[in-house]
Amino acid sequence: MRLVVSGEAIYAYTGTRSLDVALPTIVFVHGAAADHSVWALQSRYFAHHGWNVLAVDLPGHGRSGGAPLASVAAIADWIPALLDAAKIGNAALVGHSLGSLAALECAARHSARVTKVALVGPAAPMTVAEPLLDAAKRDDHVAFELINGWSYSQGKQLGGNTVPGVWLTGNAMRLMERTQPGVLHVDLLACHGYASALDSAARLRCPVLIVTGARDIMAPPKSAKALTAALPGARVVTLPECGHALMAEQPDAVLDALRAFL
Amino acid sequence: MIKPRTTHFDTLSLHAGARPDPATGARATPIYQTASFAFPDSDHAAALFNMERAGHVYSRISNPTCAVLEERIAALEGGVGAIATASGQAALHLAIVTLLGAGAHIVASRALYGGSHNLLDYTLPRFGVATTFVDPRDVDAWRAAIRPETRLLFGETLGNPGLDVLDIPRVADLAHEHGLPLLVDSTFTTPYLMQPFAHGADLVFHSATKFLSGHGVVIGGLLVDSGSFDWDGNGKYAAARGKFPTLTEPYAGFHDMVFTEESTTAAFLLRARREGIRDFGACMSPFTAFQILQGIETLPLRMARHVENTRKIVAFLAGEPLVASVGYPELPEHPDHALAQRLLPRGCGAVFSFNLAGTRAQGRRFIETLRIFSHLANVGDAKSLVIHPASTTHFRMSADDLRKAGIAEGTIRLSVGLENPDDLIEDLSRALHAAGKI
Repeated sequence: MRLVVSGEAIYAYTGTRSLDVALPTIVFVHGAAADHSVWALQSRYFAHHGWNVLAVDLPGHGRSGGAPLASVAAIADWIPALLDAAKIGNAALVGHSLGSLAALECAARHSARVTKVALVGPAAPMTVAEPLLDAAKRDDHVAFELINGWSYSQGKQLGGNTVPGVWLTGNAMRLMERTQPGVLHVDLLACHGYASALDSAARLRCPVLIVTGARDIMAPPKSAKALTAALPGARVVTLPECGHALMAEQPDAVLDALRAFL
Repeated sequence: MIKPRTTHFDTLSLHAGARPDPATGARATPIYQTASFAFPDSDHAAALFNMERAGHVYSRISNPTCAVLEERIAALEGGVGAIATASGQAALHLAIVTLLGAGAHIVASRALYGGSHNLLDYTLPRFGVATTFVDPRDVDAWRAAIRPETRLLFGETLGNPGLDVLDIPRVADLAHEHGLPLLVDSTFTTPYLMQPFAHGADLVFHSATKFLSGHGVVIGGLLVDSGSFDWDGNGKYAAARGKFPTLTEPYAGFHDMVFTEESTTAAFLLRARREGIRDFGACMSPFTAFQILQGIETLPLRMARHVENTRKIVAFLAGEPLVASVGYPELPEHPDHALAQRLLPRGCGAVFSFNLAGTRAQGRRFIETLRIFSHLANVGDAKSLVIHPASTTHFRMSADDLRKAGIAEGTIRLSVGLENPDDLIEDLSRALHAAGKI
């Protein structure tokens, strides 16, 4: 569906369903240089199982207009505006990577608008390697290649996709290549510069799920340990043999973790 | 400096899409010879049908053995995915019917495989789809043929049988300028010799019967999506806006799914599988997929040898008095020589034609005297093959169309195999000698 959020035309995938104010809502927030389609299977499932789904394209991404939001805090403050535009009071937030940080920060800042928060592939801090930042700054294709090389576990680098006939890394590459120049760098800087994850985590009052990939080298499970410690009540699910592209590598396991939590 | 992780072509040929079978540890990809797949429970079944979970339901729609092959060809082509089909013709048909319907128009190279020409020139008009054929070398002709209702440009990487080299970068630019995708038949080149997506093509298909399987034992096709085309026209190809409603508007056949919203990168494949394979049903058998996978494992080795043998035979024929001309783009006199050097630096394949200077009777004697070359209608076998296009593969074409496609009465097409090249040259030499005696 199309919405106007903070003056910009925004797209949100709803699973081909109209929003029903009587139903609970989930907002899915993608990561850097991505769009709603990274949640294709999971978001469609919930849209057809009693939830409103808003799998957004963040500003400057996918089908949404505007410029990319330059910080995790900015995305966190944008999510309530999205809910306002959709006439939704509150929602569960599910975020991946950069989106997980935005979901965490939003839940801390806007606790009345967030019922639950699921962090998929989070890290605190989410430090981005200098060569990747440099390549992204230059809009060098190498940045996408580095991300692809680091986002999939060793086994999945050679395929074996659950979705028949789709070449995982090729598909991820084409999605990143659709990103407008400069957007990846803005996204990575937002991850890199987010320093308040642990403070925000300490302020959370809603239920939290953390899903990590045991083979994630973009946001290694050890980088989520401090976050987990700051969220003593959080449910933690670690997917074996899974890299950072959790929803693509193990779509059913991610869905099942979300179903059990939400 | 940190370098991106890359897996090379040869390695992908052996491994892409495959892994030891999780159930048994079998290292070779198993042949999942089953029509259906059991559901764990009702909710899972419903989720599979509604694309909320991924997996296999029924082997017409997808099959684990075929899926390995689909991933492998997508990896080798640099695409997002693929669909395995019953034949190369089925792959071409699937591409067309996924994108367009009655009232639409195609612009195609006139130097096409005879079967493709039949489909476009004789069969599709019955369903309201018209095609204009153009000289593949004339970009202005491609441009002039585009109409408001045009939805697809189509050519072969190497035209059949004259080996016209398609200037993919220029034709793709033209297509994109008009908001149209370029579909390329890459059967003769395989991704070993050229990856059309890297030059701007949007969709590729193969008759996997040929070099991909490599041994002349199966019939199969593969349709590959680059994932690059902007079907909505919201991005880089504004002229595409409104032209592809099968992908951009709600589809009543799948709960009003809008394929470009469902999948940003693989909308074409999604529609092709959810409609084209589902409804037309031209799927590949898992046994066929297994055979093609076996072939692709050695594709780099075979293609290198095919080209090496072909170069030697081309050089031999070029020096024979009974041979009027040899059409191979690596020869300086071929009209596409410079383009071939740019697009096909590893070689121009192993299928080419030459013209005998003599009579039709001499041509018949030549073919019938060959002992190693088999006289049959196929190319891309490990074994060397020969045919007379005017009386076989292209016999339905008019004399004028034959001339335009570069086919003469004395044209002989060879598909050079993997035998010792000295034996092949001896075979050809003896046949030429016999023909010369008439």
